[in-house]
Parts: sequence; C-alpha cells; structure tokens
Amino acid sequence: MTVALSSREIVSQLGGKFPGAVAEAGKDSVLVKGDALTQVARYLKETDGLKFEYLNYITAVDYYSYFEVVYQLTSLDHNRSVILKTRCYGRANPSLPSLTGLWQGADFQEREIYDLMGIKFEGHPNLKRIFLWEGFEGYPLRKDWNR
Amino acid sequence: MTTEQLMTLKTEPFVVNIGPVHPSTHGVYRMRVTLDGEVVLDIEPVFGYLHRGIEKLAEERTYTGFIPLTDRLDYMSAMSNNLGYCLAVEKLAGIKVPERAEYLRVIIAELQRIANHCIAVGAMLNDAGAFFTPFLYLFREREKIYDLFEMLCGQRLTYNYMRIGGVGQDIPAEFLPALAKFIQKIRRFISEYEFFLKQNEILLARAKGVGVLPKELAINCGISGPVARASGIKWDLRKADPYSIYDRFEFDIPTGENGDCYDRYRVRIEEMTQSLRIIEQASKQIPGGPIRADVPHLIRPPAGEVYAHIEAPKGELGFYIVSDNSIAPYRCHVRPTSLINLAALRQMVRGWKVADLIIIFGSIDITMGEVDR
Repeated sequence: MTVALSSREIVSQLGGKFPGAVAEAGKDSVLVKGDALTQVARYLKETDGLKFEYLNYITAVDYYSYFEVVYQLTSLDHNRSVILKTRCYGRANPSLPSLTGLWQGADFQEREIYDLMGIKFEGHPNLKRIFLWEGFEGYPLRKDWNR
Repeated sequence: MTTEQLMTLKTEPFVVNIGPVHPSTHGVYRMRVTLDGEVVLDIEPVFGYLHRGIEKLAEERTYTGFIPLTDRLDYMSAMSNNLGYCLAVEKLAGIKVPERAEYLRVIIAELQRIANHCIAVGAMLNDAGAFFTPFLYLFREREKIYDLFEMLCGQRLTYNYMRIGGVGQDIPAEFLPALAKFIQKIRRFISEYEFFLKQNEILLARAKGVGVLPKELAINCGISGPVARASGIKWDLRKADPYSIYDRFEFDIPTGENGDCYDRYRVRIEEMTQSLRIIEQASKQIPGGPIRADVPHLIRPPAGEVYAHIEAPKGELGFYIVSDNSIAPYRCHVRPTSLINLAALRQMVRGWKVADLIIIFGSIDITMGEVDR
C-alpha cells in the first residue's frame, strides 16, 4: 500500500531546511510558496531517505481568488507519496517556476495547464498551447470562461 | 562522380509531417520529424486533433452523468476508465461497494486488459511490417471478449457499465460458463501465438535493441504501465497500492530487462497470462449478493478533494476530483497515461530510421482519446 506521508512529517523535515517555504500544512498535502517550489521539490526528489523521484501528475484548479497547482510525488523505493500544492494569485498574469528541469515528464503537463488554465511556467523550454490552436482566446478551464 | 566525391556530399536536414491522418499514428496524432536522409534527428509531437474538453464537460454534469464520457477517454479500455472514475468518486463520498460487484469489476477490468493488449501487440506487429496477419488473429480473440461484454451491458466499445457504488446490471446466468470456455480457448491461442512469434527472426531483428528506454529516464518522465515495466521498473499499482480487492489474488508482475520494443511486447503477452490467472481465481470465488450499494441518483460528496488511481492496461490512470458539495464536480482532472507515456519518445527515437520510429511509437501503445481528452 502506498503510504501518504503525513504533512506534519514533511513540514518538520522542510521547516529546518527552508524556513518560510511552507505556507500551510493541510490534512494530507503541503502548501508551498511559489518561489520556494523548485528548492522544495529538488530536496524531496534528491534527498536520501525521501527519494520522491516519480512525478505522478500535475494539475491546476481555479478557485477564483487564486489558482492552485497540485503536484503528486511518489517514492518508488519506499512506496510513499506526497502531495505538494502551490498557489498563484492574480488572473491577468499568473506564473510559477517550471519543474521541467527536475522532471522531463512535467513538460507536456505544464503546457497543458498553460493552454487550458493560463498559468505561465517560468523556465519552461517550449511553453506554447498544446491542445488548442495558436490564437485561441481565453483559457477554457478557468471558471469565468464563456464559450 | 567518384566515390570520394559522393562520400563528402552533405545532406540537408528536412522536415516531414507524419500524421495527423496516417495509419501508423494510431489516431489523429502528428509528429514533425526532422530527418537526415532516413535517420531521425528530432521529433516534435503535435496534439489536440481530438481535444473535446472532457475535463470542462465534467464540471457541467452530475457525478453519475460523467461516467459515459470516461468511456471516450481511452476507448480501447473503456471499462478501466469507468472503474478508475467510480473508485475516485467512491473514495470521495465514502461509499462501500458490495463484494459481488468488486469481484465483477476485477474480472471485467482484467478482461479489458487482455482486449487492450490484443490491440497493442497486434498494432505493434502491424507497424513492424507484419501486415494485418497477426493483427487480425488478435482481433478475432478480442471479438470474443467483446461478446462477453455485450452479454453484460449490450455494448461493444463504450460500455457505461460501472456505476458509482457497484456495476450496472448483474451478469446473466450464461456469463460464467462462457467465461470459463473463453479462458480455455485463449490460453491455447496465446501459446500458439507465442510459438510463431517468440523466436521469430524478423520480429527479433526489428524489435530487439530498438528504441531503448533506460530505467532512470522512464522514472524521470513519469512513465507507467507495461512500458515502464519493460524497462525494469517493478511497479504495478495492483501490488504497490492495491485498490478494489486486488490484494486477494495471486499473480506476478512481468518485467523486462532492456527496455526495448521486444521487451514491451513480451511484457504485454505475459501480462495477458497473468490476467487470466486473476480472472480464474475471481470467477471461482465470486459470491452472491447485491451488485450495487444503495446510492442516491444525485450524489453530493462532502467538500474536499481526492486522487484515485488504477493500473489501467496502458499504465497509471488517475482521477483528481475536487468537490464543493454540489451535484457536479468542481474540477475533474484525468491523469492521462497515454500523454505522459509519450514524454520520452524524443530520446527513444533519435538516431533510428523512419521505419524504426514507427515501431517504437507503436510499442508505447497510446490512444489519442486519452492524450487529447
């Protein structure tokens, strides 16, 4: 059984290393500040004993006042998983750091979020629409999008 | 010209579009391929020809009303999609599924895996140039599985059979005897198939050592399912994170060593045999009783979010659902196995010839319905 690492455990691990990186510890997820995302993800991926080297998926949710981007990581060796979340505010130009440098698998998924939710991923090598055509107006998965 | 002159001739790289409408792209998929003569220098995948906005459509439907749309994701294994989605909603709403339904789900999901691998293997051999002969033999076997599914729900491709809290209808009396007969027949068929293809010289020449996917790259790209297992990653959600009642059955996880096209082919064939083992155990143990929990027509799960994943025939299929305690999902994201499994295609095909590109792509086994959604 894949054991979801409790957020308390992660927060205690991260708290000492990256003060101020964790914004909030949810029930089974950790909310990380956008500018600390890359460091935290790298730490979770590369530290011995954690080894969250498998990125299950990335997705984004529109909550009107902010966008929440969700990352699930799994450690295949230890059979444990963790959910990282981060928020970005403002609807005009939301942006987050890209994780393509850590996981090649993030490439298409970040492009998908950019295409449908309109979040820019800084540092993505090829950030352009993936499903819709160039010149499409708006981002359809946003809650205020009208067809 | 002399030979020396010919040797120094420079070739210009040029771009060829393969697809979107091309028999070897398994749907409406396009690759912009940069070629140097016959050698692939680079490819750029182009998606979106089958994008229907299924995730947005989910927000306008009730929880139950979304099940028929899941059929249209990976339409080669519609039952598995049904199952993945229902598991996610059940986890969110805390619904307990009756025993009989759990057994039926396992039997059906494993039959679907065999049906999917029939196509995956057949299409890959088609791409290798064994034009339609092995493909149609496998299609013949898949038809028998479709006959069984038709018995269950009257449909042959998009079933809409699973329900939140169970399955749609109970099996007819003739289903289990027909299933037992089918298992016997397909066992014989697989061994016959193996006899012709396992050591087939042409298949070995075309697939062995071709399109190698190293283990580290597969993990880094988030690749799952038979493609990952062929690269030596012993990771199967039925064992690693058992859902439904998979922890009650005995089966092995076949893995490959080299991560080439041949290993991906072998893993799929062996998975078919393992699926038969599970079906046999499940059809012996299946209890009586209700086939659906007492679930209202309009489900209002408590506000919150959930991610549930299953080992679909192509890999990890997951549903991430956010509920705001209304009758429709606030957000429903599908983890697209087929899209993520394509993440390493670029490195896999570089340096190979065009004909190899086709078989490498075929060995990944994708469905555009799931890539584009």
